[in-house]
Amino acid sequence: MASVVETKSGNTNLVGLEKTEYRGLETTLCQGCGHNSITSQIVTACFQLSIPPEKIIKVSGIGCSSKAAAYFLSRSHGFNGLHGRMPSIATGAVLSNPELHAIGMSGDGDTANIGLGQFKHLVRRNVPMVYIVANNGVYGLTKGQFSATADQGLELKHEGQNELPPIDICLEALVGGATFVARSFAGDPKQLSTLLKAALAHKGTAVLDVISPCVTFNNKDESPKSYAWGKAHEAPLHDITFIPYSPEMEIEYGPGELKRVSFDDGSVVWLKKVAADHDPGDRLAAIRLMELARTDGHFVTGLIYVTTDQPTFVDISRLSATPLSHLPDDRLRPAPQTLDEINLRLS
Amino acid sequence: MTLQETLATADRAEPGAIVNNLSILVATVNGSGSQTANNVLLRALFKMGIPVSGKNLFPSNIQGLPTWFTIRANRQGFLARKEEADILVAMNRATVREDLLQLIPGGVCLYPEDFPAGRLRADLTAYPMPVSRLARESGAEASLRPYVANMVYAGVLAWELGIDLAEIEAALQIHFKGKASSVKLNFGVVESAFQFASENLKKKDPYRVERMSAAEGRLLVDGNTSAALGAIYGGVSFAAWYPITPASSLAETLHEYLPRLRKDPQSGKNDFVIVQAEDELGALGMAVGAGWMGARSMTSTSGPGLSLMAEFSGLASYAEVPVVIWDVQRIGPSTGLPTRVSQGDLMFVHAIGHGGQRQVVLLPGPEECFEFGWKALDLAARLQAPVFVLSDLDIGMNQWIMPPFRYPDRPIDRGKILSAEDLDRLGGFARYRDVDGDGIPWRTLPGTDHPKAAYFTRGSGHDENAEYSEDPEVYAANMARLQRKLTTAAKLVPTPVLRSTAGARIGLIGFGSTDPAIQETQHILEEQGTPTDYLRIRALPFAPLVEEFITGHDRTYVVEMNTDGQLFGLLKMDVPQGASRLRSLAHSDGLPIAADWIVRAFRAQEE
Repeated sequence: MASVVETKSGNTNLVGLEKTEYRGLETTLCQGCGHNSITSQIVTACFQLSIPPEKIIKVSGIGCSSKAAAYFLSRSHGFNGLHGRMPSIATGAVLSNPELHAIGMSGDGDTANIGLGQFKHLVRRNVPMVYIVANNGVYGLTKGQFSATADQGLELKHEGQNELPPIDICLEALVGGATFVARSFAGDPKQLSTLLKAALAHKGTAVLDVISPCVTFNNKDESPKSYAWGKAHEAPLHDITFIPYSPEMEIEYGPGELKRVSFDDGSVVWLKKVAADHDPGDRLAAIRLMELARTDGHFVTGLIYVTTDQPTFVDISRLSATPLSHLPDDRLRPAPQTLDEINLRLS
Repeated sequence: MTLQETLATADRAEPGAIVNNLSILVATVNGSGSQTANNVLLRALFKMGIPVSGKNLFPSNIQGLPTWFTIRANRQGFLARKEEADILVAMNRATVREDLLQLIPGGVCLYPEDFPAGRLRADLTAYPMPVSRLARESGAEASLRPYVANMVYAGVLAWELGIDLAEIEAALQIHFKGKASSVKLNFGVVESAFQFASENLKKKDPYRVERMSAAEGRLLVDGNTSAALGAIYGGVSFAAWYPITPASSLAETLHEYLPRLRKDPQSGKNDFVIVQAEDELGALGMAVGAGWMGARSMTSTSGPGLSLMAEFSGLASYAEVPVVIWDVQRIGPSTGLPTRVSQGDLMFVHAIGHGGQRQVVLLPGPEECFEFGWKALDLAARLQAPVFVLSDLDIGMNQWIMPPFRYPDRPIDRGKILSAEDLDRLGGFARYRDVDGDGIPWRTLPGTDHPKAAYFTRGSGHDENAEYSEDPEVYAANMARLQRKLTTAAKLVPTPVLRSTAGARIGLIGFGSTDPAIQETQHILEEQGTPTDYLRIRALPFAPLVEEFITGHDRTYVVEMNTDGQLFGLLKMDVPQGASRLRSLAHSDGLPIAADWIVRAFRAQEE
């Protein structure tokens, strides 16, 4: 770290930073927007995990959700790219420097409409990153059109009734081969924060679909993406405890009803059964759970599926230890005699 | 008098023979294995030191449709496609009538003995070949016979023209990568065809080849291979692509060479990544992400893929992310003719993306793909911009004789990048501030360990600090800076190449793969008493020399392979002082342009 002298309040994390140093710009989203809760939980999670902000990149697409990437981690490089194309930017960026944590910030239109193809290829490749969807079923910046996650029968002021079935982002991720699928609710900061930390510890693509009500265009109490509906119909799978890896800390939890999920970096998630006896290591059960929730008219939150067995795109690229972005000249340009040999062969 | 007649007259002035000056048209069926015979003939002539070119005119098909291959040998080095052939190898019964129309009066025709070719035109020198019998007697399994059958015409041509059999055998060795049984089988057919011809045919035509030293020490290589190798020596470490003809072999050559040339010597692991993306949106998106992160990054595509890349091109340009985009042009619009050539993307590439911003475009000649391959990566890094390289199917997929690749003569340029130490010294930076007056700002790479290193890259309007801004003055100032950057680019891109003739009042302008045909045109026109100067443009935006050239000539003809005269249009727009002196010679039919056409079109306008 370069020398910067700042007065600290004393409330610092393991890398000596205060929480304020994880903040972003002042939000320009609507007051009460669920996205603001998400950004604030990202700040908290990164601070508590003591990840230096300089070692994080933020990537996003286009929309209210993607704008939100500016409202956290000002000390991290960010790339607010193209509508629905964040996955490809993230793929190129992550492969070029896998030492950095990548946080992708997307929305339901950005992911499930214009970006569904790139999204599915991203999870298929298992590009190491946290992929957050701030999901409200509606286009905000263009003022209130339906997105592909809008619920069937939903009525909006200008658009009338949505007659098409919704695309479930978690289900798409599961079918696409995602290695970490979770859903949360912007109105549940404790769970969201825990899932974010687990997602950051995960080695592949961690998809985190966050129901994030749009207070301006889609927050009628009967809408499944409203605060009221969310509070009433949320069905958490587990009580979740996340323990970040720390060499000093070796705590043993008893078995009982607890289930342990370990990540490659040594972090652990403890799951305590709340409603369903769901095993997040069982992909088929996860798909079944999503389908049952859909027919029952509630949405399950929590860690839906996780596996650490699948190699990431970085793994299968067999990259050397030096990131591509930092290769020295002599490893970028082969030696002159190699060109002599090529010239000989082609003559 | 056509060029053919001009040259033929000159040759026939020597008693009897026409030496090292001929064009061959081989008409076959796609998927029949004729490429082996064609490439082996091309290579044998090349190794005899004779300037030679080969052009594959193939269908978008795996098997069954007609396909043609032209070989031109010319001791003066004029190697553009000829409109007419001196020698036809008619191996496709379905097209033989039309193929015969392309033969010059009194030309030579080699054909399987059961074809009616000899009867169709009385003026020809006809050499019937017992193709089926020799294939049968070769000892090849029945399934391989149609393939080895093509070696019959290689053997008969060797007899007719005097091609060294040892060079054919050597070329087969290379083609089959030394696999003895394949070489033996195929060369056996060549030998027996040669022997058949010696014993049964009587040489009645004037064409023959002789060893020369013109091609000594030179390479025979296609442009896509050259481009990929150039990129590798330019330090490319990230490539993303999506399969498309005629660009695929560029990325496939990266696949072939990068694992050999760019492994970490310590761990044996990769110092590169190649991703076959899900589409061209993804391909350029990944390349842009990599360029932003600091990797030397590229993609390669052709017209339809480039249409999809328009979106990311605009972002890379406005957000100022270095990336190299090769466009190996094929003929459009839309799917067009996927296996045929054109220069129809020039205007699109230069102005790609909405909102009106010109892009830097390099225009390599057939011999410059290697050099432009590494220079493009340096330029992209220097300019923090997408740099396009416009090749085409003729350059990219056909083999060209060229000087050996020259190792880059300067160190890798990474452009203006600030480190954590720089930031300590400066106390911070503004991402889009024009500190140096050249329009190029400074950047930091993600991960730079300094609290003031980060900035927020965006495709939306931004101020010098990369923060969102709708301020009219901020917007206008930023666009003015980008314009300044383009002016800087014009000074950094490869300069035009001038070929002058004494006393010329008329100019010719062209770019890319038309170079051989324009050089030949210049030669023909000079012989006809019309000296011309020829300026080959090698990049957009135009160098100042272009205006000088146009205003310095009475008239300048702009030669290009597209329907709408795109370079002509750009010149009229960007060099308005010379607009009234410009004439368009635009032609596009999917085939590489021929000097014969340029000369005819030139004469038609001059009269």
